[in-house]
Amino acid sequence: MALEKITQISGQGVYVPGSDIDTDRIIPARFMKCVTFDGLGEYLFYDVRFNEDGSKKNHPLDDPRFAGANILLSGENFGCGSSREHAPQALNRFGINAVIAQSFAEIFFGNCTTLGMPCAIASADDIQTLATAIEADPSLEITIDIANSQVTYGQDQSIPVTIPHTASDALINGRWDPIAELLESETEVVTTMAAAGY
Amino acid sequence: MSQTAQSLYEKVWNAHAVKTLSNGQTQLLIGTHLIHEVTSPQAFGMLRDLNLTVKYPQRTFATVDHIVPTDNQQMPFADPLAEAMIKELDSNAKEFGITYFDLPSGKQGVVHVVGPEEGITQPGTTIACGDSHTATHGAFGAIAFGIGTTQVRDVLATQTMAMEKMKVRRINVNGELPIGVYAKDVILHIIKLLGAKGGIGYAYEYGGAVIDAFSMEERMTVCNMSIEGGARCGYINPDEKTFAYLKGRPYSPQDDVWDTAVERWKSFASDADCQYDDVIDIQVEDIAPSVTWGISPDQGVFINESVPDPAQANSESEKVSIEDALEYMKLEAGTPVKGIPVDVAFIGSCTNGRLSDFQEAARFLKGHHVAEGVKAIAVPGSQIVAKQCEDEGLDRIFEEAGFQWRNAGCSMCLAMNPDKLEGDQLCASSSNRNFKGRQGSITGRTILMSPVMVAAAAVAGEIADAREVFSMNAN
Repeated sequence: MALEKITQISGQGVYVPGSDIDTDRIIPARFMKCVTFDGLGEYLFYDVRFNEDGSKKNHPLDDPRFAGANILLSGENFGCGSSREHAPQALNRFGINAVIAQSFAEIFFGNCTTLGMPCAIASADDIQTLATAIEADPSLEITIDIANSQVTYGQDQSIPVTIPHTASDALINGRWDPIAELLESETEVVTTMAAAGY
Repeated sequence: MSQTAQSLYEKVWNAHAVKTLSNGQTQLLIGTHLIHEVTSPQAFGMLRDLNLTVKYPQRTFATVDHIVPTDNQQMPFADPLAEAMIKELDSNAKEFGITYFDLPSGKQGVVHVVGPEEGITQPGTTIACGDSHTATHGAFGAIAFGIGTTQVRDVLATQTMAMEKMKVRRINVNGELPIGVYAKDVILHIIKLLGAKGGIGYAYEYGGAVIDAFSMEERMTVCNMSIEGGARCGYINPDEKTFAYLKGRPYSPQDDVWDTAVERWKSFASDADCQYDDVIDIQVEDIAPSVTWGISPDQGVFINESVPDPAQANSESEKVSIEDALEYMKLEAGTPVKGIPVDVAFIGSCTNGRLSDFQEAARFLKGHHVAEGVKAIAVPGSQIVAKQCEDEGLDRIFEEAGFQWRNAGCSMCLAMNPDKLEGDQLCASSSNRNFKGRQGSITGRTILMSPVMVAAAAVAGEIADAREVFSMNAN
């Protein structure tokens, strides 16, 4: 089960400002009444993108200038609340394959990494700088360089980012889905289980 | 020896560490795995795609809670999507030989109420569930945390998952609890103090005289909301109360091995001289009955306070957050929280849906009536809680006071079942999240508080001080 080695993500960015954007907002609970993740992309951020009559609000994801963006920028504590993997799955199926934010809720971060979606941490000022650059030129090509912990864009411009080592290592080495490695330790699991009194 | 002194977190972690993975994470043994209908079907699908099976089916327990209607539970459910989900869980449990506390079992309920009730939740274990409120089980001295669906697959297939060790923050809660102040107020206060992201990277160890004096149910309320403070995991060291609670429960160690189990459980408690990564001290004399006013659980105030003014924010981002929250909540800056009109009152959820929550609310509700125009529902956390309440006649007290007495489920906490807010209704809620749209209407508003405060709001028809509504006196 060879996985892709994810060393960088390139594309266009879209800025969804705000702190404490929770997973209920990313994918409202009513869309979780499903037994597969298929089709969740269309419900991404549904209640902040659409009015009750189905008409569009002015959400950045529906701004034609940012159509096709695959890197989402946001604020602090992104993905907080419910552990629902439906949130990263919805982002992914919508077309987002990396997130840059000031900080991430832990369960969300882990869920993203396991799907091969890098989450990069940057300072508020740097995110603002990048957001301003995207606003000025929505077609701006930005690249998250995972090994070198930076985001590059425009004419040799860059901002530093942090990706915890365990996540960057897993992404770069194509081991972001841990199942293969977990399955290798059957004997050790039996030993640990016995010693732990199960 | 302080050199070897360890916290419960470290002891449990070390006992469950299988090996170090190539990226530096730990392969961690999950002693107990709990599943429900929302986050497990895709995991079983992934198993099938990979030709894998459930490795240790006896270590996984299932129940159905999120999508269950709490009024008409006749099968098939009116909602075909809900019906499909419950059927999927039923067939997965059967196919893989997993114990399933289903509706006819008499033991169904919110997964975090059922685990402790059955004695499945035990000290010194690791517990994972595809639900962020899994920290509830930490009340028993377990390391319990929420996981995503791919990790549910990992646990089903291997009984392990990849994880990183957290830091440990000790939160000492001391002093004398003022009248009308409950476990819910304590945890809301902690979240307000440390922030919704304050716990990222930490396990919270709650201790001190107040926590020691709390019942197991109160301890569960505290641990339950660790995630609202950003901490994936929260726990309390096991003590005699823990053991007394577990004694004689269906999955607890039976008589012949009970003493050995208790000795072993005791050994997991944090050593007195262990080092924590951080220590916080809280005096409960400073806490009053608390309510949230915004759209994040850390946006809270005491009942005698007012909603904040964005002009007084400490930073631009805080100002934006306050403005966003006030706009959503349709509240003016500086409005006293007391007196905000309520449309709906909800007592229930994995935070506050246990016997003592209903006993305490009923004790004060007796002789009062829900205000005109307020819809009030009381939803037991499990079928067993429902039966306990009904045996004590609490259901009648609620009904006489104008509450609807419902069947067990997650109900109005998260809007995956028919219990939902409509339009911009404002709900006084004993649940755990006040996020935008959380209770099922995209403009619905949630104010979090203790069950007794919900009862007071229901009676007053507005956010009220339970100490006044119910004439609580110190003596």
